[in-house]
Amino acid sequence: MTDLLRFRDDTPTTDPVAAFETCCDQSNATAVRIEPGDDARALLTFLDRLTLVEVNFPVYGDGRGYSAARILREAGFDGEIRAVGDVLVDQLNNMRRCGFDAFQPNAPLDRADADAAFKTWPEVYQATTDGRNPIWNIRHGANHE
Amino acid sequence: MYKYDQYDQAMVDARVAEFRDQAQRRIDGKLTEDQFKPLRLMNGLYLQLHAYMLRVAVPYGTLNSTQMHVLADIADKYDRGYGHFTTRQNIQYNWIKLEDAGDILADLAKVEMHAIQTSGNCIRNISSDHFAGAAQDELVDPRPYAELLRQWSSFHPEFMYLPRKFKIAVIASDTDRAAMRLHDIGIQIVKNADGEIGASFYVGGGMGRTPMIAPNIRDFVPLDQLITYSEACLRVYNRYGRRDNKYKARIKILVHELGAEEYTRQVEEEFAHLLEQGIEPPIAELERIKPFFADPAFEDGTKTVDRSDPDFALWVDRNTHRHKHDSYVSAVVSLKPVGGIPGDATAEQMHLMADLAKEYSFDELRVMHTQNIVLPHVKIADLHALWTKLEAAGLGTPNLDQIGDIIACPGLDYCSLANARSIPLAQKISERFKANGKEDTLGELKLKISGCINACGHHHAGHIGILGVDKKGVENYQLSLGGSEAEDTALGKITGRGFDEDGVIEAVETVTDVYLAQKEDGERFLDTYNRIGMAPFKEALYD
Repeated sequence: MTDLLRFRDDTPTTDPVAAFETCCDQSNATAVRIEPGDDARALLTFLDRLTLVEVNFPVYGDGRGYSAARILREAGFDGEIRAVGDVLVDQLNNMRRCGFDAFQPNAPLDRADADAAFKTWPEVYQATTDGRNPIWNIRHGANHE
Repeated sequence: MYKYDQYDQAMVDARVAEFRDQAQRRIDGKLTEDQFKPLRLMNGLYLQLHAYMLRVAVPYGTLNSTQMHVLADIADKYDRGYGHFTTRQNIQYNWIKLEDAGDILADLAKVEMHAIQTSGNCIRNISSDHFAGAAQDELVDPRPYAELLRQWSSFHPEFMYLPRKFKIAVIASDTDRAAMRLHDIGIQIVKNADGEIGASFYVGGGMGRTPMIAPNIRDFVPLDQLITYSEACLRVYNRYGRRDNKYKARIKILVHELGAEEYTRQVEEEFAHLLEQGIEPPIAELERIKPFFADPAFEDGTKTVDRSDPDFALWVDRNTHRHKHDSYVSAVVSLKPVGGIPGDATAEQMHLMADLAKEYSFDELRVMHTQNIVLPHVKIADLHALWTKLEAAGLGTPNLDQIGDIIACPGLDYCSLANARSIPLAQKISERFKANGKEDTLGELKLKISGCINACGHHHAGHIGILGVDKKGVENYQLSLGGSEAEDTALGKITGRGFDEDGVIEAVETVTDVYLAQKEDGERFLDTYNRIGMAPFKEALYD
């Protein structure tokens, strides 16, 4: 767990992480790992029992996990969404914006590099579920709901 | 035109700083080429056959004289004194050193320019009608909508690693000057029966090895849902576009395999969900953007052209376009001199075009997807003075939409993907048709050349298209006829077996002879082809 970069106050779960298929069939799994081809919306019916969703990036260039994370957050999921696999420092910022709040890459990340990455953009153009008010709202004194 | 505020400026400044850091890590060996590749690609930096190539974005093809001067300075300072205007209304430099890339981006940022997302599997520079804001036939200026989409698509956190690149075009007239239906998303701004302005969405068009014409998936999206609808189109693609095969990864394949109806159903479902998420910008943002594109202060003046100089009259007939104000025209500066490299301009020419824009066109220029430059608002009274200066600089070639106005990709002279050379072929064809005098009798004839199947030279959409292929180590060229990128969008059909370089030039001459022999009153090459079909051309070529 030493290489886990985490932006949450609660304690990481120690429950076993179920594969997507088994999780959908089992009624008691609290942690699940999804692969790029898995439909995150299939988790929505039992989100309330999940504390952790791991989203695997077998290669950094496969961006399906970004949509998966946003879909979970848009459904109100407030558990941990952890990016695992081929996750590089240059992707962290976008991942945070899409709802990831923990990172456990194959190659360990330097905490200082990660902190610098999160400071790259003073403001953002788009509205996501990360709570940042987009530029086009700031310009007009509006707030993102 | 649009002016950055402090937020827009902070975004590009942050990008420059980020890229400097990434390039330094590469130079220091902390990043491997594999790790650096996606990062540099999102900044428009390609590793080509001989050097790095840097592609600079010209959002919706609009720029001012200050920006054009800086593009010229970059050509002088960091390249070999010229730049190449592209079919995405951008400019690229072919001889860039990695060490200089950060400084170039900093120079660009000072004049509100950048190379953000000019490559990579993300949403690319948004293109538009090069006569936007000037054309007599447009409903509204499409650029405010393109600017809103530019902001939305810049650094979009969910869509930086799409299955493949993604190109959007926005137009606002029934005449299509932007090849709208050959884009991943083509948007036409329209008015509905109630008189409201909205967006008609075409999704799944493209060229490349599997050319497709985009079907209309929704004929009216209200303006206060434009971004949300776009986001829904992208999310369905990001989740379900093919990633198993690079050549089947564009959205056109997804739309084709699902069928337009099923793709549309999925988009509508995602759209309904996203409407609940409140991701749409306030409509006030569009209203903030619009005044940047307000008409300049047009003045009444001469409405007729003195045609006593026949060379000037020819240029006016060929290279000017009707303006919404009757004392003005839009003037096209041809970057296709006879025997020249299509789309190339020297630093001196760029400086001159910038000066002329300042003097004669309210400080505005446009890049056309056909690799020419437009001065959008020129007084008819000033035309002769403008033409005289263009002529003196080799920029007065009167060949807009003529056979010499060839679109060509960089081809094997620069590109690491190419199978065959495009530029020398374009040069020889333009020389041939000038020398034999046929250019003047052929009228509108759009010839487009791609050096490989990726179709960067738009050959599928050429009235005459030429595709370079590699045939057992020898460059070979396939000929196609009948394509169009205009509102009558069509994909060309291959005539038959290919030709060598000399052979394909002969073949082009042969098909133009068939046209000249068969044409009826007022018919363009394309019209004659559509009327008589492929057979007479095939017969002349192969029998």
